[in-house]
Amino acid sequence: MVSILANVAVQGILTGLVYGLMALGLSVIFGVVRVVNFAHGEFTVIAMYAAFVLFTALKLDPIIAMLPIAIVFFGIGYLLQMVLINPFVGRAEHEQFILLVGLAIVIVNALLMIFGPDAHPTNLSYAFDSYLVGSLIFDKVRVYAAIAALGVASALFLFFRFTQTGTAIRACADNLVGAAVVGLNINRLYALTFGLGLACVGAAGALMVTIADVAPSLAPAYTLLAFTIVIIGGLGSMAGALIGGILIGVSEALAGFLVAPSMKSMFSFGLLIAVLILRPQGLMGRT
Amino acid sequence: MRSLWADLPARGRVLLGLLLGALLSAPLVADRYLISVLILVFYFAYLGEAWNIMMGFAGQLSLGHALYVGLGAYVTAALWLYAGIGPWLGVFLAVMIAALFGLAIGWLGWRFGIEGVYFALLTIAFAEFTRIAFDHLDAFGGSGGLFLPVNTAQATEWWNLRGGPLLFYYLALALAACAVLLVARLGRSGLGYQWLAVREDPQAASALGINVFRARMTAMLISSSMTAVGGVFYAFYYRSLFPAQVFDIGRSIELILAPVIGGLGTVFGPVVGAFILTPLGETLIAVMDRVGVDAPGAKAIFYGLSLMTIIYVQPNGVWPWLARALGFKEQA
Amino acid sequence: MSTTYRAVLTRRRLVTGAAASTTLLCAPATIKAQTQALKIAVLLPRSGYLAPAGQSCDRGARVAPKVLADFGHKVELVHIDFESNVDIARTQAERVINDGVHCIVGAFDSAASIAIAQVCEPRQVPFVVNIGAAPQLTEQGYKFLVRNFPTGVMLVGNGLKLIKDLLAATHASPKSAVFLHANDTFGTAQRQGMDRMFPATEMPFQLLESIAYDPKAQDLSVEVTKIRSLQPDLVLVVTRAADAIKLVRDMVRQRFEPMGIVSPGSPGLYDEEFYQALGPLADFHIYNIPWANPKSQMTQALEAAFKPANPSYRFAVECFNVGFTFEALLIAADGFKRAGTTNGPELMAAIRQTNLTEHVMIGDAIRFDTKGQNVSIPSAVMQNRNRTPAIVLPASVATMAPVFPMPGWQGRT
Repeated sequence: MVSILANVAVQGILTGLVYGLMALGLSVIFGVVRVVNFAHGEFTVIAMYAAFVLFTALKLDPIIAMLPIAIVFFGIGYLLQMVLINPFVGRAEHEQFILLVGLAIVIVNALLMIFGPDAHPTNLSYAFDSYLVGSLIFDKVRVYAAIAALGVASALFLFFRFTQTGTAIRACADNLVGAAVVGLNINRLYALTFGLGLACVGAAGALMVTIADVAPSLAPAYTLLAFTIVIIGGLGSMAGALIGGILIGVSEALAGFLVAPSMKSMFSFGLLIAVLILRPQGLMGRT
Repeated sequence: MRSLWADLPARGRVLLGLLLGALLSAPLVADRYLISVLILVFYFAYLGEAWNIMMGFAGQLSLGHALYVGLGAYVTAALWLYAGIGPWLGVFLAVMIAALFGLAIGWLGWRFGIEGVYFALLTIAFAEFTRIAFDHLDAFGGSGGLFLPVNTAQATEWWNLRGGPLLFYYLALALAACAVLLVARLGRSGLGYQWLAVREDPQAASALGINVFRARMTAMLISSSMTAVGGVFYAFYYRSLFPAQVFDIGRSIELILAPVIGGLGTVFGPVVGAFILTPLGETLIAVMDRVGVDAPGAKAIFYGLSLMTIIYVQPNGVWPWLARALGFKEQA
Repeated sequence: MSTTYRAVLTRRRLVTGAAASTTLLCAPATIKAQTQALKIAVLLPRSGYLAPAGQSCDRGARVAPKVLADFGHKVELVHIDFESNVDIARTQAERVINDGVHCIVGAFDSAASIAIAQVCEPRQVPFVVNIGAAPQLTEQGYKFLVRNFPTGVMLVGNGLKLIKDLLAATHASPKSAVFLHANDTFGTAQRQGMDRMFPATEMPFQLLESIAYDPKAQDLSVEVTKIRSLQPDLVLVVTRAADAIKLVRDMVRQRFEPMGIVSPGSPGLYDEEFYQALGPLADFHIYNIPWANPKSQMTQALEAAFKPANPSYRFAVECFNVGFTFEALLIAADGFKRAGTTNGPELMAAIRQTNLTEHVMIGDAIRFDTKGQNVSIPSAVMQNRNRTPAIVLPASVATMAPVFPMPGWQGRT
């Protein structure tokens, strides 16, 4: 029984890392630009479709496709911020919300029209393989995706910690007025941050396609999941996003196993409510 | 009441009178399709006014209002199904339960200082939690749904909300009208001004001696109660309830579109928003049909683009702009 | 003389000609009445979360007019997408009736079907449900609704009985089973049917547990872990489209090989993506559902029309949705033929008297009981063979013999 529980927990951790990467993008954007991206799941699904198309057309493994997709998404994020989002920065949340809800509707239905409503699995050659370690079974795809997610997150962390631009962005997040006083180009940094956030989403989407079959209907669920993870982990904290992802992955898996799989999400929302009440800045957030 | 009427500019009185007259007599000339669309307009206008109290006045973004709709719907439907208690009585229990939930959420949120996006997510979490819970409550039909029977013998029992579209039309119209009156009344009351203060600057309001927590809780109480009544209407109009549809976050989002597009914090905003959005959707479908575009999803794309355009061009909503265009002074 | 004669003849000719042309002018009107088309609105969720099924049904609706014409029925269709939204289903039902449709077919989603029924009932427009398993649809007392689809209870009952037949035919004896179902309207209806009927059917195996999964789940690894911890011989599933892929995938990864995966009646195990994603791993799974009768002339005509119109979809895979949607339209058209009028109550009365021996799905004639339910829609035991659904039982319509238990995951071609 213990080994089965351990198995469930480990699978939860692996999956949670990929979810965490998806949430990371959201955290970065909100932490700095303070825009609540309610179209987050939709962008993730676009990235998934991109990876799917690249795989189907060029036989490119999604883990490799992650890089070009992330770069393209960086560009998209940069442009999006400069053109569409910038006027809405600093505006009331409900206005941002409506803008992004409208965008989300457009994206989901455009994807529906282009790809159709059916789910498209990405048929990797190793999709059915698993590692057997003692009595624990690990899905190969989940292991690869989790490692890749950790890699991307680490790269991002190093960027923010050790580069000048990264430090500048963190300065914006900590003290916007101060950053402006010091002479940082806020608009450019915002665009950069949005680009980075969306690049994360792009990478996460590419990885996601190895563990889920892409369909337009996934988008709203991903938006909600990303927000849940980010709140639990702490808005603006990168480690928090990953930890939040792991926490959600494990708790859902264990709750699903021990109680009832159909109530999995209830536990995530219960956890969200508990965190909001007891520690609203999130587990790793700064007060 | 009289002061409300008296305070309207002459032009406003004429327009309002004309509008009411048109709506009251619409069933004489309108076909069933138009009536069904208007019922939806009134329904969303009503819910919009209810939500407006929370957001437009008290400044709290609730993205889980479908929770109260669902509670209102399920409680009255269950009372009718299992105990034969009609909706005119059942609504009281429904309102009480919804208000309790609302007060609990409000208490949890504001006692612990949860604001803005965080509060919005708290409301989402509660709505989703309840949705999944109802999926598992067999007493309410679970995910299989709760159905109200169609018994032709009871077909005209208006006290049990069994009736043709006219019954629901006038009921929805009455609800929307009452909501507008209530919001207008509240807006001018002491409470209304307290809300405005709390919305604009809670700290300053608190410094002035306003009990911020109490003001917000009152807003939540009124808003959730009103929304629950909308749920009662929904249950008896559609006669079938599924948790995945009633508590869905899509529904919560849907009901805030009208007030935001129409004009947050204004009395007529939600009404204008509802009159724009619902017919917009229907018109898009009809236009696509005529033009021969047969691509599922195309209408939704146009709808989404419309939302984005409107909020871009008129971020404060359409009604303030419309009011200025019609020559009214700024309204609260 | 010749002039007078000519004049008289001319006048007579004129009169005769006038009479003849009047008859000619009127005759087309009479002919038109006989070949008047029945205008049917097909309300389906072609966008939104039910889009995959809705679009599949719509493919059936689009090829129906031609096939129906070949069998002597003239229909004119209006295709409506209600976007998986109950509000839109209701307003669009009102709108199409305004536009003059005589009958409505739909709606796949039970909530939308009820909303449409609310419109059709007072306006006295017949509503033929093509697919919808919630038992309450025909229990609520709607006079203007008929359903040519089994209820969840019927599906499970037939499905369980056929499992018994399957085990008898293959001489297999699993000792235990676990039932996995989606926690949505359809899955819950099946679960309720299962809870009620499993004890009564006296199966040779024990039902260890019933597990409900969240249909919005990203993967089923936790569910599969839970199932394999119980070590059942047999896994009974009620999945939606796309979930079955996750189920098999996780079973393979977790190296769990039951004797077989059997569905007492649900979609998922025969979707095109299922075959494409799993390849040889898609084979040998079993599902007991109504199916198109390959020996029926009408089915063959439907298939012949479907192929050129939908080159990227296999009829063998789509025929469930396509068949039922076609049959709903057929019922409406046949009722119109017998009623001879588009008048609502008369058309409905004729539809309730339906007795169609020639149709698409397997089974006896299509007939409705007093509640408007067709109670004699049998299921067949279907098995995936070579990535194609094949009828394996009952023998009278089978194209292959069943294989059970299924071969292991490894080494399949």
